[in-house]
Amino acid sequence: MRTLGLIAAFCLGGLLFFISFDFPSWGDALSPASRHVSPYYIEHSLEDTSVPNIVTAVLADYRGFDTLFETAVIFSAGLACFFLVRVSERQVPAARFYRHLATGITFRIEKGGRLPEGTGEFERIDSLWVPYDVIIGMTCRLVVPFIQLFALYVIAHGHHSPGGGFQGGVIFGAAIILFAISTNLRRTLKRMSERSSALLSSLGVLIYAGTGLLCLFMGAGFLNYRALAAILGVDQVAARSDGILIVESGVGIAVAAVMVWIYYNLSSAGKQDEGL
Amino acid sequence: MESIGDLIIAKYNYWAVITLLLIGLYAMIAKKNLVKKIIGMNIFQTAIILFYVSIGSKKGATIPIILHGPAGSSHAVHAADYINPLPHVLMLTAIVVSVATLGVALALAMKIYSQYGTLEEDEILEKIMESETG
Repeated sequence: MRTLGLIAAFCLGGLLFFISFDFPSWGDALSPASRHVSPYYIEHSLEDTSVPNIVTAVLADYRGFDTLFETAVIFSAGLACFFLVRVSERQVPAARFYRHLATGITFRIEKGGRLPEGTGEFERIDSLWVPYDVIIGMTCRLVVPFIQLFALYVIAHGHHSPGGGFQGGVIFGAAIILFAISTNLRRTLKRMSERSSALLSSLGVLIYAGTGLLCLFMGAGFLNYRALAAILGVDQVAARSDGILIVESGVGIAVAAVMVWIYYNLSSAGKQDEGL
Repeated sequence: MESIGDLIIAKYNYWAVITLLLIGLYAMIAKKNLVKKIIGMNIFQTAIILFYVSIGSKKGATIPIILHGPAGSSHAVHAADYINPLPHVLMLTAIVVSVATLGVALALAMKIYSQYGTLEEDEILEKIMESETG
């Protein structure tokens, strides 16, 4: 298999290397990729949508269908993870571990034993628990809110600077995952439950598709934001800009929720009880 | 007759992409561990993403965000001044989708591990053969 792989890789590599001489040179302004639709996007996006960031304008307006279904792909990936690994029945683990907060002594409580929940003196810990590091915990606690704020900025400022729903959503999800890594899964689940991550991920797709349908009901084509001008009370160009923002926030919500949802399922092997 | 140096400068982005592509392909074919195969798939995806982004570049052009003065002042926008936004749009979604599909791949690997107790391809095949005959 190893030699077969090497032979296949080198054959393909030689072929591609040979073909690369026919490709346009790097930085060629007249390469085929830059000659057909892209000049139209560059020259008209500002007057059509009043969005200076052409990538955002193309992503959510000119090619809104593509992005809608990409968001749907991400949502279905989250769903697929859920159906693959989630253990639906609530299994009682063989033993649970608790740590006395004042003294730091850990207890192992066998199945059927009385659990010291609700006393406030004990904290449940994972079976593969290592003591929390003060520096890591403190740094993450300080940094996580700012990462989330930055994520919102990236989503909201996607019209004028590099950014948008996908990037901001991933940053937001990463902040929650960072929190989960620096503390533990149960504490994260208390702040953002599995149910809410699932609902938010479908809500994001719903916002996107709903905006498209709203345009349809207003008498224009699917995802033609110009039709929203009457509802938003702005002119048609500004309506396209606002439509892009609505859609991008939907994408951001969906992406952030799906990232967190996938992390919950993968890190705990579907049990959502103990995890990283 | 262009010199060999010009040729290298004009094409080396493709060679870098091809190298990455082959590393990913080789890992997917030759490695027996499923997680290593998934890593190979990700390297392959990275190569494709770099390929798309590199064909969007134009010499002397800036990022595809239109420079605009205060409101009201309009000036003509020339396509040659801004790099091609289209590959960036396509790859932006592709990157996030690749992360999501990576999640699905890892979930499948996890399921396989809990079923067979190993992630080595040959051992999994052996166990499947055993369960079929026995």
